Amino acid sequence: MLEIITFSTLNGVLYGMVLFMLASGLTLIFSMMGVLNFAHASFYMLGAYFGFEISRRIGFWPALIVAPILVGIVGALVERFGLRRVHKFGHVPELLFTFGLAFVIEEVVQMIWGKLPVDYRVPPSLDFTAFRLFDTTYPAYKMFMLAIAIGMFVALLVVLNKTRVGLIIQASLTHPNTVAMLGHDVPTIFMAVFGAGSALAGLAGVIAGPAFVTQPAMAALLGPILFVVIVVGGLGSLGGAFAASLLIGLVQTFAVAINGSLADIFGASAADWFGDLGTVTVAQIAPIIPYFLLVLVLIIKPTGLFGTRET
Amino acid sequence: MSALGKIAPWIILAILLAVAPLVFTSGTSRTMLSIMALSIIFALSYNMLLGQTGLLSFGHAVYYGLGGFVAIHAMNTVIRNKYAIPLPVIPLIGGAAGLFFGIVFGSVSTRRAGTVFSMISLGLGELVASSALILRTFFGGEEGITTNRSRLAPFFGYKFGPQIEVYYLIACWCFVCILLMYAITRTPFGRMCNAVRENPERAEFVGYSARMVRFIAFSLAGLFAGIAGGLAALNFEIMNTQSIGAVQSGLVLLMTFVGGAGVFFGPIIGAVLITFLQITLSDVTGAWQLYFGLMFILVVMYSPGGIAGWLALHEPLYRGRQLGRLIPAYLINAVPLVVMIVGGILLIELADWILVKAETEGPGMSVFGIVMNSNSIVPWIIAIILFFGGAFALRATWPRVQDAWGVALARLREQPA
Repeated sequence: MLEIITFSTLNGVLYGMVLFMLASGLTLIFSMMGVLNFAHASFYMLGAYFGFEISRRIGFWPALIVAPILVGIVGALVERFGLRRVHKFGHVPELLFTFGLAFVIEEVVQMIWGKLPVDYRVPPSLDFTAFRLFDTTYPAYKMFMLAIAIGMFVALLVVLNKTRVGLIIQASLTHPNTVAMLGHDVPTIFMAVFGAGSALAGLAGVIAGPAFVTQPAMAALLGPILFVVIVVGGLGSLGGAFAASLLIGLVQTFAVAINGSLADIFGASAADWFGDLGTVTVAQIAPIIPYFLLVLVLIIKPTGLFGTRET
Repeated sequence: MSALGKIAPWIILAILLAVAPLVFTSGTSRTMLSIMALSIIFALSYNMLLGQTGLLSFGHAVYYGLGGFVAIHAMNTVIRNKYAIPLPVIPLIGGAAGLFFGIVFGSVSTRRAGTVFSMISLGLGELVASSALILRTFFGGEEGITTNRSRLAPFFGYKFGPQIEVYYLIACWCFVCILLMYAITRTPFGRMCNAVRENPERAEFVGYSARMVRFIAFSLAGLFAGIAGGLAALNFEIMNTQSIGAVQSGLVLLMTFVGGAGVFFGPIIGAVLITFLQITLSDVTGAWQLYFGLMFILVVMYSPGGIAGWLALHEPLYRGRQLGRLIPAYLINAVPLVVMIVGGILLIELADWILVKAETEGPGMSVFGIVMNSNSIVPWIIAIILFFGGAFALRATWPRVQDAWGVALARLREQPA
């Protein structure tokens, strides 16, 4: 029991931190530009595929640096030549643009790397056991992922709170017009934040690729969860995104570990009363728990856990 | 407008619906026409949200799919118990299911418009789609639920076995639904939907609850989506969980937006075009979904009003008899545009072939019936020249369109009102 709790907590925090690497960028982009970037999870997928391709040719460590930069460049180009053009039509076309972009990226990835998962493996230098607890081993690579995610979190905090750039970004979150009037080039800030957010998503992809599965559907699988995270946390709130990432990471990981069903609690007759619901295990409903949480939060507190703005 | 002018479009629509299967007589084209007709209902129901009320939903297939599943279970129940309920009534059951779920989910999701609404609709869509995979008894797991429409009680002697009979059944429903949805846009409620879309705050000051207006619009959209789902159930005789999922929701968004959300008849164009492309393109090219995505992005970037919005721009010119001024400019621009598109298609097809198909089928391929070798550099160079040459030429010729528009608009202003 203790074993399950320990490892589920570790895995849950890890999954939550990966979610936050994506959610932080998405929240920053949303707060500044008012655009919910549907293609954000696609940049995560691009990161994983770029990481796979580069580590196959050069090595994992260069990939860890180069792939996020490449993804960031792709993101900046998308903002400069796509989003900026659509911006004048309003928010709905912007959302739709990123929606179409997510679709196109998935198709292009499928075309280049095929429909099946690619063989993106943990690099040999990290492929060993970190520690052993009650007969179960924990891979070092996951500790490495956790370290990267926490490192990124700290770096983000420092940049946002201690540097001039962070000050301008924070100001543009709430008062973009005032920032523009103070003489800052807001479109360029937008492009930079969009690129940086994409690069963060790309970094998450590079490190998550070997641990999870690198496949063309990975963006479509993670994307909706990501939206749940930022809506549950409160749109535009970085702290909320952090809390919601951890919450959903932990809830989903723990749910997967629980193999009970209503039939176990009420006896076999539960199947007669509840139909399919009686025999479904908690582990099987793990994928839909985030969406339940979303609906629940929106009914009780429509602004999300820490949010202040409604749209 | 005269009474005849008001009725004429409906007579033309009825004639089109009636004559279409007599012109296109092959089995595939009649199946396609049936899918088009039910897609029209689905897309128009979606536009009650997107176009009329300004609600961008990412989970509209939920009501279509649930309507379809309830309808297919209703059909099976009718068959099992030998009730005297004929097939044409079945879509009503689908519609009732769509309305019911529209009311249930609408009460949660229509509190807010804008991005929050979109996100809730996405979450609800994922919730229902994932639940559908778990609840195997109702949704039939991966195989889905099947039925046999010809085993229901005959309707005036018709058993709806042949596709042509089903087509006319769907076409009748299609006509009635288009008429009803158009009528709704002309009621005070329909106008309030537009008001809530444009400015919810002012709508509230006039004395309407924006939330209530959104809720009613959402429920009604669920009703019509459910009818479309019921028609899909009796047309395909099978429903599976794909019809509930994100892909279906994306498809109806694509239809509505490409057709044009701002004009009532826009989604009709979109439904016909996208259904046609979906069925024909998938036979022609492996990269058809990429074309769909690119088409969507291009429409969002260059013509956010969709095809119908672009056509509607020309209406005042047509009335003022100035449309002729645009034709030479359009013709000149059409040449580089077509060249660019051909180059783009050639590039995508070459890339698709060399990346996906060359391993199993060798380098020999054909585009537009022209045989070429994807390993040779020649077709690539031609494709690049066509694409970029067309793009640069288009940039050079584009000012002509702007000039022609300017002249036409100026002439229009000189005319007495």
